[in-house]
Amino acid sequence: MTPSTDRKRFTVPIGPQHPALKEPGHFAFDVDGEIVQSASVRLGYAHRGIEKATESRTWVQNLYLLERICGICSHIHATAYCLGVEKLAEVEVPPRAQAIRSLVAELERIHSHLLWLGVAAHEAGFDTLFMYSWRDRETVMDILEALTGNRVHYSANVLGGVKYDVDDKQAATIREGLDFLEERTLHYLEVVTTDGLFLQRTRGIGVMNRDEAEQSGVIGPTGRASGVHRDVRIDSPYTAYAEHPILPVYESTGDLLARFIVRLREQLASFEYIRMLLDHLPNSPLTTRMPRRVKEGEAISRVEAPRGELFYFIKSNGGDMPERIHVRTPTLCNIASVAQLVIGQHLADVPMILVGIDPCFSCNDRTSVISQDGQRDLWTWDRLRQYGINHYGTHYSKDIHR
Amino acid sequence: MTNGASPHKETNLWQSVLDRLKLWSRKHSPWLIHFNSGSCNGCDIEILATLTPRYDAERFGVQLHGSPRHADILICTGPVTRQARERLLRTYEQMPNPKYVIAVGACAITGGTFAGCYNVIGHIDEVIPVDVYVPGCPPRPEAIIDALVILLQKMSTNGPKIEEAVS
Ligand code: SF4
Repeated sequence: MTPSTDRKRFTVPIGPQHPALKEPGHFAFDVDGEIVQSASVRLGYAHRGIEKATESRTWVQNLYLLERICGICSHIHATAYCLGVEKLAEVEVPPRAQAIRSLVAELERIHSHLLWLGVAAHEAGFDTLFMYSWRDRETVMDILEALTGNRVHYSANVLGGVKYDVDDKQAATIREGLDFLEERTLHYLEVVTTDGLFLQRTRGIGVMNRDEAEQSGVIGPTGRASGVHRDVRIDSPYTAYAEHPILPVYESTGDLLARFIVRLREQLASFEYIRMLLDHLPNSPLTTRMPRRVKEGEAISRVEAPRGELFYFIKSNGGDMPERIHVRTPTLCNIASVAQLVIGQHLADVPMILVGIDPCFSCNDRTSVISQDGQRDLWTWDRLRQYGINHYGTHYSKDIHR
Repeated sequence: MTNGASPHKETNLWQSVLDRLKLWSRKHSPWLIHFNSGSCNGCDIEILATLTPRYDAERFGVQLHGSPRHADILICTGPVTRQARERLLRTYEQMPNPKYVIAVGACAITGGTFAGCYNVIGHIDEVIPVDVYVPGCPPRPEAIIDALVILLQKMSTNGPKIEEAVS
């Protein structure tokens, strides 16, 4: 992206401070009139250097550090790390602990998808849906808090098992909460597929067919909305998913609407799964003994985070600290697709396309993807969002008046 | 902004009435701007949860705003990373006086778990002055509301405050 001399074209840089995403990232869009010609992404504002820091902390300390890579998918980071370390240490985790790991992971998926639904609705200017979905999200937050005592970083995992058990009373509260959430999710599914205004912002926008999706390597719900049949929970089951498989959710249209539908249907699948897990919780202790030093070797662990495949590489030199840990988060795979998706689209659609992949920069920013930076008239994210809403507002009202 | 021994009594009267009016309106509708200088997101979603229906901080007239030029309160999360430092300063400097800062989370106060990471250069009050600290990892929404209430009280006892960024 070079600053163009053509008078009709100019560059719209956005960020890094934009309250809608709650996270810093910088984007520059080259526009010709209304149409985006090219886009570049600059990340790394939240890069802290966690991977390096893991090398000077013990195996147990790292559990808490790695959980704090991301506040939205904290449990799944810790799970991936534990699975890898346990593989290295050749420790067998008891089945009840595995089931509880899956249980918390699915609860986390529900909270993450509801959070996303709200943020995406906010981008479209549909703040009513935003407020409702966040109100309902508090139900799952209550469940998580009742289970683990924390709202965000649950710390449910320990090396060799889990910390918290589920008793009958808690199981009953969980079921009750799930019933309420299921009803609400069905309602949201109806809203996003029938509301005319909302459909105008989602249907046929940011379309990525299966081939394109495979090529740009998108994963998680974004890929599944384009018909890419890839889900680590099914392809390479871990924790309780091997014994109790979860129902996969795929769509084929690949537009923004499909991404909404996939995430909402995934929630429905999670409700079913949690109920089933609660019915079949195996009886066993919660932890096994874990050695303080981990055997020399390398391990890889893959799990399905709410946003897609999360990958951990762990290397041990036999000491009480890891030699190297590498983390690859789903947003890194998905963010590149945005730069392609927005080309040829209206500037007004950019916010929606970007949130469509559910980006998470704090996860991503351990590594930085840098391209050149066009600094001129700076737009805030809010301004772009408002632009999108106004754009559609005027167009839609024209349609009505016609 | 204290009234010194000025010969123009009337201007002083006007000034104090105006000041009180400004303080009153500021206290009843403080606008927030949120800046993430490298947090893990946990604090940020709790801030957002504070503004949504269950906790509803908007009943204090608090509103989240996009532009630093409209904001009274800067609400910061996370440790300060090398790249975000300049942005944080710039955001702070763009805010009109008087400005207030709330640091949310263990990271914002001391660097938290991320203290010592190579790209973390410190915590918020090493870069800009902070008025209220909210400990926790992340703090609960109730704690964030409490911080807002403390800040609103502080506004009225201390009066308008003018401070420059320590760059
Ligand atoms: S205090 Fe905790 S929740 Fe907040 S940004 Fe730091 S690690 Fe995340």
